[in-house]
Amino acid sequence: MVLVYSDEKKLTLELLHKASELAKELHKKVIAVAVGHDEHATEYLEHGADLVVVAETSQHQFKAEEYTSILEHIIKEHSIEIVLIGSNKNGKELAGRLAAKLDAGCVMDCTKLYLHDKKLTTERIVYSGNAIAVEQFTSHPQIVTIPSKVFDPLPKNPHQKGEIIKKKFDSEHSPSKIQRVQEMKSEGVNVEDAVIIVSCGRGFKKKEDIKLVSELADVLKGRTVGCSRPIAADLKWLSEDHWIGLSGHKVKPKLYVACGISGQIQHIAGMRDSGVIVAINKDPEALIFKSADYGIVGDLYEILPKLTSAIKEKMG
Amino acid sequence: MNIIVCAKQVVDVAEIKVDSSTKKPILVGVPQKISDMDKNALEEAIKIKEKHGGKITILTVGAPDAKERMKELLAMGADEGVLIPPPEHADYHVIAHLLAGAIQKIGSYDIILCGEASIDMFSGQMGPRIAGLLNIPQITYAQQVTVEQNKVIAERNLGEKAIIIESPFPVLITVTKEINQPRLPSLMAILASSSKPIHEWPATGVTAEALVPKLQTLDIKGIPMQRKNIIYQNDLDQSVGKLVDELAKVGVLR
Ligand SMILES: Cc1cc2nc3c(=O)[nH]c(=O)nc-3n(C[C@H](O)[C@H](O)[C@H](O)COP(=O)(O)OP(=O)(O)OC[C@H]3O[C@@H](n4cnc5c(N)ncnc54)[C@H](O)[C@@H]3O)c2cc1C
Ligand SMILES: Cc1cc2nc3c(=O)[nH]c(=O)nc-3n(C[C@H](O)[C@H](O)[C@H](O)COP(=O)(O)OP(=O)(O)OC[C@H]3O[C@@H](n4cnc5c(N)ncnc54)[C@H](O)[C@@H]3O)c2cc1C
Repeated sequence: MVLVYSDEKKLTLELLHKASELAKELHKKVIAVAVGHDEHATEYLEHGADLVVVAETSQHQFKAEEYTSILEHIIKEHSIEIVLIGSNKNGKELAGRLAAKLDAGCVMDCTKLYLHDKKLTTERIVYSGNAIAVEQFTSHPQIVTIPSKVFDPLPKNPHQKGEIIKKKFDSEHSPSKIQRVQEMKSEGVNVEDAVIIVSCGRGFKKKEDIKLVSELADVLKGRTVGCSRPIAADLKWLSEDHWIGLSGHKVKPKLYVACGISGQIQHIAGMRDSGVIVAINKDPEALIFKSADYGIVGDLYEILPKLTSAIKEKMG
Repeated sequence: MNIIVCAKQVVDVAEIKVDSSTKKPILVGVPQKISDMDKNALEEAIKIKEKHGGKITILTVGAPDAKERMKELLAMGADEGVLIPPPEHADYHVIAHLLAGAIQKIGSYDIILCGEASIDMFSGQMGPRIAGLLNIPQITYAQQVTVEQNKVIAERNLGEKAIIIESPFPVLITVTKEINQPRLPSLMAILASSSKPIHEWPATGVTAEALVPKLQTLDIKGIPMQRKNIIYQNDLDQSVGKLVDELAKVGVLR
């Protein structure tokens, strides 16, 4: 059996596609797990699950210890061989703990998943984006986490038949508890879905100057501003939803313009799949030019206003 | 307060070159360092010790030359180190058992600190695995940690939300790069650290049974990055003009 779990519905639907493919090849069935509520259970069936297990529990918010023990029960009860978990921060802390409890192999942030010599084989990016490791499981169960957008959901099939079981779980009670949840500052941008992104880095001298980037983004009709880690994490000039890179968001726009960004490997890891990459940097030796299709060497304070008006003119 | 900081020696990823014929990364001869976030973990440990007293032990599974890097951590403020050379065939499962086994051998611990992920493999599974093996609570991606007499309160950074969690001891915490700014040791501290011990334990001494990897690495492939690399220098107005023409030609200005 192949099990799918994520605390995000969208990610669950994406993983169900891959799970159905693997299940078909291996002549197995697909189980989707929903914890706490059954509101998406029918949709999971329509997108590839043969069975949805709805775990009823008193722990309504995600917590690694409790959710691990629920999945551990289900995996043992249904003799699950492959476990696909959505790769967000909750999914990863769940997968790691679960792997320890089951003494299982676990591959995080897998971007390709296939059977090779009948064995489950994975690919993931390592060395901060310098290489891809191909790793193969040698035992069961096998745990893999998959980031969003690696797979598309299957088209909805309202005729797909399946079963929904509700089950109560007395999960392990961890001595830790959630005190409260706090919304973090966010500007509500979605860089992952953006078609055009203009990004800024430490080449900007002060927060107000970022308007040079948003003006360019506006004329490009992309309207999406991205940034390197220091701009969001250290200087806090932009909220974290703008942050692109290894530890931020992974993006693949049609056009990516990097302004005053040096092009360290951790930044490249987040934008290397972009269609066309443009770099603006005053240092002719800057690494970013190696990853760019087009570049202009010079002061961004001079270049950006010129570029914005030239593009405005071109686009009419 | 007994604190164990897990610190990994990694290759400095910024220094990796790609072999132009095979397109594979060249991994021999790359400088080694302590993984960035593990220094944040140690800095947090030092702050806790400054407030509550106690002892900080650095735990590393790594090659014998990791001892040199561990000395930097002793100079920063850790009290002693434990170094375990890994067996020839190791994967995440094997390394986690060695770390958890060593922690049990060390014996008394209130807080175990790890980085959110290592900068070379970046899987982020060691922390949760160790907590699972020791059967203790875990708090991952902590951007803030406050230690009180008999509990810790930490803020997990989930991007759009922060989750504030409290836990009694023992607890395992993984920290983000933003949690603090690791200190640079003074010359005095560097000199004084030479008398601090680093114990070397064989892998066979920390786990009862022989560990068999659950994963096999088949290949390390390079990532092709083919870009046009057309760079305009000299006159800015001309450069901007040429760039806009090119962008229009390739169809991204619509
Ligand atoms: C574990 C780990 C994870 C990380 N994750 C990420 C991540 O997700 N995303 C990320 O971005 N980084 C990440 N980093 C950080 C990364 O290594 C770099 O430090 C960071 O990307 C640098 O940001 P920057 O390019 O804005 O700044 P800098 O490296 O300081 O570059 C500034 C650039 O601006 C140029 N410049 C200055 N003035 C001008 C001017 N007037 N006109 C034109 N150009 C100018 C300079 O030549 C320079 O190239 C991570 C690091 C680690 C260790
Ligand atoms: C391509 C590839 C090559 C590998 N090469 C080797 C190798 O040459 N030698 C080898 O022994 N193993 C090797 N491994 C296996 C080994 O699985 C990982 O390096 C190890 O399990 C840690 O995983 P990670 O780096 O993803 O740690 P993460 O889970 O990302 O690390 C999180 C935190 O856990 C702690 N931590 C992680 N590893 C250690 C450690 N070793 N000591 C102390 N604290 C630690 C640190 O606090 C770290 O910040 C390799 C794995 C792969 C995929």
